[in-house]
Amino acid sequence: MFFKLNPAGGQALYLQLMQQIRHAAETGVLRDGSQLPSVRVLAERLVVSPNTIVKAYRELEHEGLLDLRQGAGAFVTVKRRTRSLTDQVQDARRRIRGLIDELRVEGLQSDEILRAFEAELLFPAGSGKRG
Amino acid sequence: MTTEAVIETCRLTKSYGRHEAVRELNLSVPAGGITAFLGKNGAGKSTTIKMLLGMIAPTSGEGVMLGTRIGELENHRDCLRRVAYVAENMALYRYMTVEQMIRFARSFYPDWRESVAAELLHVYSLPLDRKIKSLSKGMRTKLVLLLAFARNPELLILDEPSEGLDPVAHEHLLQTLVTRSAEGVSIFVSSHQIAEIERIADHVCVLDRGALVLHASLDELRQFYRRIDMVFARAPREEEFRVPGVERIQIEDNQATIFTRWNTEEILERAKKLNAISVQVQAIGLREIFLETVKER
Repeated sequence: MFFKLNPAGGQALYLQLMQQIRHAAETGVLRDGSQLPSVRVLAERLVVSPNTIVKAYRELEHEGLLDLRQGAGAFVTVKRRTRSLTDQVQDARRRIRGLIDELRVEGLQSDEILRAFEAELLFPAGSGKRG
Repeated sequence: MTTEAVIETCRLTKSYGRHEAVRELNLSVPAGGITAFLGKNGAGKSTTIKMLLGMIAPTSGEGVMLGTRIGELENHRDCLRRVAYVAENMALYRYMTVEQMIRFARSFYPDWRESVAAELLHVYSLPLDRKIKSLSKGMRTKLVLLLAFARNPELLILDEPSEGLDPVAHEHLLQTLVTRSAEGVSIFVSSHQIAEIERIADHVCVLDRGALVLHASLDELRQFYRRIDMVFARAPREEEFRVPGVERIQIEDNQATIFTRWNTEEILERAKKLNAISVQVQAIGLREIFLETVKER
């Protein structure tokens, strides 16, 4: 498992780690029963505070994605909901890929498309309120 | 004062004549984490650390370290035995060899771990038979780090521990701090290597001219501190952006830059009302936050 945290990414490191573990479970890189490195090993590997790992693991346990066993480590528990979510995310990516291809054909650059996606997520056009 | 803090000070002050090196400092270093202690040269970091360790007496105020009041450290030497300290420009016995120095230090500390000392000796490639006075600055720093890391304290205080270290040695230092933290050691580290220390710190305290100007968790900084660059059709007025959380407003012609501790949403709302032509929100790193915080105003 490779995780990469960005200290200047504008997001708490434990949230970045949670997202990456969730993403790995959604894409099937981590399967039901997969074991994650211990807090110490992962903290040393990523060179981050052990509290970052503890916080991410605890939150994911709370969400039901991890099972923390005293002394044995952290294990992934992929439930049916996560599996259907995996399919949904895969499907969403296929559709987004199609849209991106169309926009590229129309001459937009990757960073322009990215900004448009971000803007639309932050300020959905037409809705008076921010999303 | 809470029990979860390894260091807590209340209005701690040190004056030298009319100069206040540390002013009414209220510091709280939580147990079981890595706390970065930042400040320009002469901001009062080393003075604070020396007061905590009982090396100099405060002019007023008080402090507690590992449950012992700092004025009573003399009667509680056991408290100091639970602390390992890496000083800036640590005085070593220049005439001793590396091996003699290690043997000398080891005799003082019941918590000395021979296996860790041996491992670090190997990693740092320290020459055992060389005299300390002939070591390079980086080598001397490594020796001082070895003397502290070989111990097994509850609290590790490091004052500028990276002088003369090359990038590889510095990365190893960060890793070692992470390992010690995972073992349950609380760490309080002052450093000018902000971008490096930012990677491993849980909390940050910034001292400026003897006073605490920032005390926050890194999670908080990453989540909420933002720089917002905006362009308008005509120059906006500063008052439009005076909302709680805003640290600084910079307006040049029809462009505005805002540094804010929180409340980004509110500022974006106002930018929208003023028909901003472009709005860019950027996360700011600890280095930029530090420079903003200690700026002369």
